[in-house]
Amino acid sequence: MVRKLAGLVATLLATSFVIFAASYAAPGDPVTFLAGGKENLTPEYLAAIRAQYHLDDPFLVQYGRWLGDAVTGDLGRSTQYHDQVSDLMAARLPSTLALVAYASVLFVVFGIALGVLAAVRGGRTDSAVVAGTTFATSVPAFVTATVLISLFGVQLGWFPVMGGGSLWHLTLPAVTLALGALAIISRVTRQSMIEQRELDHVSVARAGGLSERLIVVRHVFRGALGPIVTMCGLVTAGMLAGTVTVETAFGLNGIGSLLVNAINTHDFPVTQAVLLLMVAAYIAVTTAVELLHPLIDPRVRSRA
Amino acid sequence: MTTLVATLSPKPARPLGQLLATAFLGLVVAAAVLAPLVAPYAPEAVDFAATLAPMSPGHPLGADQSGRDLLTRVLYGARTSLIGPLILLAIASALGVALGTLAAWHRGWVDAVVSRLTDVMYAFPGLLFVVLIVAVFGNGMTTAVVALGLAYTPTIAKYTRSVALGECGKPYIDAYRVQGMGGFAICVRHLVPNMARSLVGYLVVLFGEGLMSLATLSFLGFGAQPPSSDWGLMVKEGQPAIVQGAFLPVLVPGAAIALVVVSFNVIGVRLADRMGVRGT
Repeated sequence: MVRKLAGLVATLLATSFVIFAASYAAPGDPVTFLAGGKENLTPEYLAAIRAQYHLDDPFLVQYGRWLGDAVTGDLGRSTQYHDQVSDLMAARLPSTLALVAYASVLFVVFGIALGVLAAVRGGRTDSAVVAGTTFATSVPAFVTATVLISLFGVQLGWFPVMGGGSLWHLTLPAVTLALGALAIISRVTRQSMIEQRELDHVSVARAGGLSERLIVVRHVFRGALGPIVTMCGLVTAGMLAGTVTVETAFGLNGIGSLLVNAINTHDFPVTQAVLLLMVAAYIAVTTAVELLHPLIDPRVRSRA
Repeated sequence: MTTLVATLSPKPARPLGQLLATAFLGLVVAAAVLAPLVAPYAPEAVDFAATLAPMSPGHPLGADQSGRDLLTRVLYGARTSLIGPLILLAIASALGVALGTLAAWHRGWVDAVVSRLTDVMYAFPGLLFVVLIVAVFGNGMTTAVVALGLAYTPTIAKYTRSVALGECGKPYIDAYRVQGMGGFAICVRHLVPNMARSLVGYLVVLFGEGLMSLATLSFLGFGAQPPSSDWGLMVKEGQPAIVQGAFLPVLVPGAAIALVVVSFNVIGVRLADRMGVRGT
């Protein structure tokens, strides 16, 4: 437990250092790089950047101060919008979180359902699910997005093509985001169920005359739950990064599209802040999943 | 990306699927090589009379918003879309195999350093590590390919290390050592060639994935820049036309990406299975 938390802190420090030090890897003076576009190169502005990044201090001191500021919520000013980066992110975070939550519900429900179906039915259903998920993981999200917009947005007109806000607007993006995750979860569910079905206590239950439905629900699925929950957590953690493509494809105003705009307009403070947030969230969620695993599956505890 | 490979179906794909995949990839490679000979137009030939033209004998797959022939652009796009992943895998496998072999051969602190580096890279979910490099060094195909090459290095290093660990335990390694052969010579002449079989299957699956990642970067505007006919960029450029009811500019390159990646996955899984069976 303590070791895992220490590992969490170490990884967070290492990644934040990489994100901070990146501005030094850029060709040229870090001040001009951090200032963004040429129109920003006024003496006052450069002085402000120097102060924000403490560029006159030794390198490690700069990093320490930058990290301290970031932790207390001071992420500097956007070179593009001239707003506080933290305000920009706070304004856009809710729609991204809604998208991730919506997509998570979709992939957990349908992913597990498909996996269970494939494992229980076997035969044709199984092959169809395996083939479908292989295909789903081979299509990049932006292609799925454009196909969904063309078909359901424009051709059939069932869903709005532009804008955001309502659940209705978020449906197509959430489906796109969920599709790859759904494929992974259904595979893991199927595999885990098949492994559990071979175990002795399931044979005993079957020999005892329990109905197949009860066996699947109480014995097979219960035993298979550990890896499934872990994988759901890991996939959800990675989803924040997936919003980069999906939000861009659907023109949603979230954290992901903020990052893409920031890079295309050389707005490095925003880029750093969004990357820091996404990576920190990813590390935190994956660590939480690792810590939760023994609680869901007691066998892990006894094995350790 | 590792989870994806690890959870691929252990069941070998049907021979028919593999045959189709191989044939299709052969076709794509031929298209890339022969593009100037078979393409009906020049890839950058603008013709505003044909803006968003539907399928017709003159434009078999239609035309985009500048009236550029889509068939021509998809054929030419096969070049960037295949060469990009090839270069990025060359970078990634050169670095990854070297690091993985080094870690497995020396163990101890070298192994620890390599695995710590790998951990930090893995802490960036999805393409975020590549996005950071692009943010620093500027958008463009070269940056995108090199950055992806670096991003795939830990994956290959990890895989190589696990294969090399198994291989190092085999008696022939000790035999060479006893004969007085140096560690470097054993690695380069015997260890790496013996691992090549299992690495190839893995690299084929990664090729499809690399193509997908590179297309995604181009779609986001980080990779190939106009007027390139890269498939990802074509989807990006075709997007505004969707609301006008013209789907061909996005569907044609989108389908090309999806079909190529599916083919690579089908063949890669098959190869990986065969290598796995021979290994045991």
